[in-house]
Amino acid sequence: MITLQHYLVVSAALFCLGILGVLTRRNAVHVLMGIELILNSANINLVAFSRFGRGDLGGQLFAVFVIVIAAAEVAVALAIVLTLYRLKRTPNLDEADILRG
Amino acid sequence: MSAHAAVFWLFAAITVGSAAVVVLAKSLIQSAFALLFTFFGVAGLYVLLGADFLAATQLLVYVGGILVLLLFGVMLTHKLYDLDLKSEMTRLLPAAIAALTLFFVLVRLAFGTRWASGPGRPLAPTTAAIGEAFLGSHLLPFEVASVLLLVALIGAAMIVRRRKDA
Repeated sequence: MITLQHYLVVSAALFCLGILGVLTRRNAVHVLMGIELILNSANINLVAFSRFGRGDLGGQLFAVFVIVIAAAEVAVALAIVLTLYRLKRTPNLDEADILRG
Repeated sequence: MSAHAAVFWLFAAITVGSAAVVVLAKSLIQSAFALLFTFFGVAGLYVLLGADFLAATQLLVYVGGILVLLLFGVMLTHKLYDLDLKSEMTRLLPAAIAALTLFFVLVRLAFGTRWASGPGRPLAPTTAAIGEAFLGSHLLPFEVASVLLLVALIGAAMIVRRRKDA
């Protein structure tokens, strides 16, 4: 019998792996991949609560909006990364310190 | 173990295993291709949860759109002769400790909380109901989301545009 808790644990694992990626990687595109993992884990939670909770569609509707925002976020973030690369010739986030006083 | 449970464990293993490869792989290209399997695994979990429309959307948007965009990002921010595309890791030990701690807290929460359980959603097609919700009760967030996508499109084009004075 697969219960809500099974899905919550899978989602927690995905979330923590995403956090690990965001914290340890220095490459901007790699950090974005970590953020995608985090958004996916949130989506699993929403859909699981929709399935095992009151039984309405609210969680799934939320998940659709999360996907929309993920798409917008990746488009803008990659634009920023490409501009940074054009400026600094590196995708390394540690060297993006031009705003430091 | 029922067939449902077996399929769940299969998809959960694919999802978490390939996510670990995404995070820990040495090369960016390996990570991008492992991310493909993570998205597929999550889509499989959606199917098991009875979210057929979301599973299809996951494949179309994540695999067809976001992953391709990320691959473009990888290709455009590295020199093409730089075949191995190494990506460095820093602060691995403290970050791993933080992530593990967070994981145990979340698991304790998942099992320690008495979730408000309801009748649950029967396994039925959702596409028609989602469409009606978007054009009925959830019309305003739907329109706001479309404006957000338009703004993101214009904003992304504005940011990468080459300026005359630069």
